[in-house]
Amino acid sequence: MPNKFEIEKNIDIAWCPGCGNFPILKILKEALFELNLDPKDTVIVSGIGQAAKIPQYINANFFNGLHGRALPPATAIKAVNPALTVIAESGDGDMYGEGGNHFIHTIRRNPNITNIVHNNMVYGLTKGQASPTTEKGFVSPVQVNGVILEPFNPIAVAISLGASFVARAFCGQAEQTKEIIKKAILHKGYALVDILQPCVSFNKINTYQWFSEHTYYIEDGYDPGDRVEAFRRAVEKEKLPLGIFYKDESKKTFEDQITLVDRDTNNIQKLHDIIEARKKVETHKPGPEAGAKQTPLFGD
Amino acid sequence: MAIIARTGNEAMAEAMRQINPDVVAAYPITPATEVVMIFASFVADGLVSTEYIPVESEHSAMSACVGASAAGGRVMTATSSQGLALMYEILPIASALRLPIIISEVNRALSGPINIHCDHSDTMAARDFGWIQIFSEDAQEAYDNVLQCLKIAEKVKLPAMATTDGFIISHCMSKIETLEDDEVKKFVGEYSPTLPLLDIKEPKTFGLLDLQDYYFEHKMPVVEAMKEAKKVILEVGKEFGEKYGREYGFFEKYRLDDAEVAIVALGSTAGTAKVVVDDLRDKGVKAGLLKLRVFRPFPAEELAEVLAPLKAVAIMDRSDSYNTQGGPLYTEIRSALFDLAKKPKLINYIYGLGGRDIGLEEINSIYTDLASAEKLAAVNYLGVRE
Repeated sequence: MPNKFEIEKNIDIAWCPGCGNFPILKILKEALFELNLDPKDTVIVSGIGQAAKIPQYINANFFNGLHGRALPPATAIKAVNPALTVIAESGDGDMYGEGGNHFIHTIRRNPNITNIVHNNMVYGLTKGQASPTTEKGFVSPVQVNGVILEPFNPIAVAISLGASFVARAFCGQAEQTKEIIKKAILHKGYALVDILQPCVSFNKINTYQWFSEHTYYIEDGYDPGDRVEAFRRAVEKEKLPLGIFYKDESKKTFEDQITLVDRDTNNIQKLHDIIEARKKVETHKPGPEAGAKQTPLFGD
Repeated sequence: MAIIARTGNEAMAEAMRQINPDVVAAYPITPATEVVMIFASFVADGLVSTEYIPVESEHSAMSACVGASAAGGRVMTATSSQGLALMYEILPIASALRLPIIISEVNRALSGPINIHCDHSDTMAARDFGWIQIFSEDAQEAYDNVLQCLKIAEKVKLPAMATTDGFIISHCMSKIETLEDDEVKKFVGEYSPTLPLLDIKEPKTFGLLDLQDYYFEHKMPVVEAMKEAKKVILEVGKEFGEKYGREYGFFEKYRLDDAEVAIVALGSTAGTAKVVVDDLRDKGVKAGLLKLRVFRPFPAEELAEVLAPLKAVAIMDRSDSYNTQGGPLYTEIRSALFDLAKKPKLINYIYGLGGRDIGLEEINSIYTDLASAEKLAAVNYLGVRE
């Protein structure tokens, strides 16, 4: 069966040859397909950056927002249409830098969305400046004498905020990454998947080889419910752990706690019926039926 | 004086190097990124003594600029489009606190849809924040305007932005004449802030709550400073001309004195229009051009005087106000001409949004249209597809 998330026509992808975004694109499309999701019920929300181009290359709904602002619209899309699968996906600069404040407060809010962050430790789109996750000492066109700031640790921050699902993956290992993404999507609540990814043009340090040599998978038998141990792993530096650090399935989601929506709309078919009915009303030109009552999206 | 090849971004960075500000805080954004990248290399090479602060957003960049300027520093940054938009919240604070911060601003269309190419929507949306705004036709003017902006801003204690057109100027190389470092040093002088925070003998307060009782009075100095800026812009432009041979005013008149029809344009489009004007003049058409340089403060009386004798004038707006009655330049000029007993027919052309190219042919068609201006609609969207 063909993957419905593939865009059939030839598309011109605006990434450098060898970019770590290519395997992530492939892995994500496979994960969505294997989860048996439908493109029309899937929304990918992104911001600005090389990673933020990813929804353009996937056959699904997408919302391309401002730099750093993928998470607020993703939260709201999920809140209004809880039946949709919502993925907020962008790069480290977008999510942890310009969007850092939203990263913190989205975790606190715990919407049932998946937050995939392509972490290549550099700004790719603007050609090589240090990002929030760039290691100290990294030399860039604006950090000419090397970065002096401590790198942002998204895993540790997410765990410390009690994010309900926190994982790290490496795009060079497709199968493992795909399984992590699938678990993140299936998780009920906010799920962070920080994906280590080389930038072949602007980061000559954190290469495919570097990531291979500086990562290890969290062993079987590890308890992802142990927040203290999760935090201990998150701050490991010698080798970066990969896998699911932390999981808390007891938390209520944002949309479960607000009264904006009728719970029945979790039924995707009903949602589609309502949207179709509304379309018919809205596309009517003024005429005999101009006064037709608009079908309420979520019941009166 | 040196004659060198520079892009608009390089020219602005070079002016910043020669100014040697105390602090530059910036965040990368296309097409202005290069300005600060080049400047960062000046910092690293020890060519300037600037504290360079890479930050996490433009909101932080302008906030850091406000802090540094309030502390008494000479402060500059560079940005574009969404970056400028993210600074909007802080821009009126900079002017209200009378902080002469300088932005090297590279004009780029505002989202959405997202676009990285030139129009003036970013700068125009910042027109009511109490900032001096000076547009450049090419890299030479970008260089000259950054230097002059600094001097003007520090004299009247208002922030200022010198703008170029994204990619058209920012990334195109041309021949420019630069001043010697010593000349720039002399021209801009030493900065002596009036009430710096870093005066430990006399502590100051900035940015306090100001309600119905005094807020209004505290906005009036910005109004007055903007009026003062009109004088200072001319003084500084004249001084620049006397010393370095390139004089600047509010605008440049190009074959305008005996013209019957003319266009008014900002930025790089004026350069293209000059070629069309020359061509039309060769054919006997009395065509002229007014290249507006200073948008804030707006030189209303001066423009009215110059435009009054014309038969028809096309006002070129590279942004729309979405007010249903024309672009920002058009509405300002219409207002400036309102009290004239005899005035030209004004036609508004909104053009080039999102970097849509404007060439000789398009500009020529406008001059052709102006011959029968009375038949034209007041507001026209040039070349847009139905």
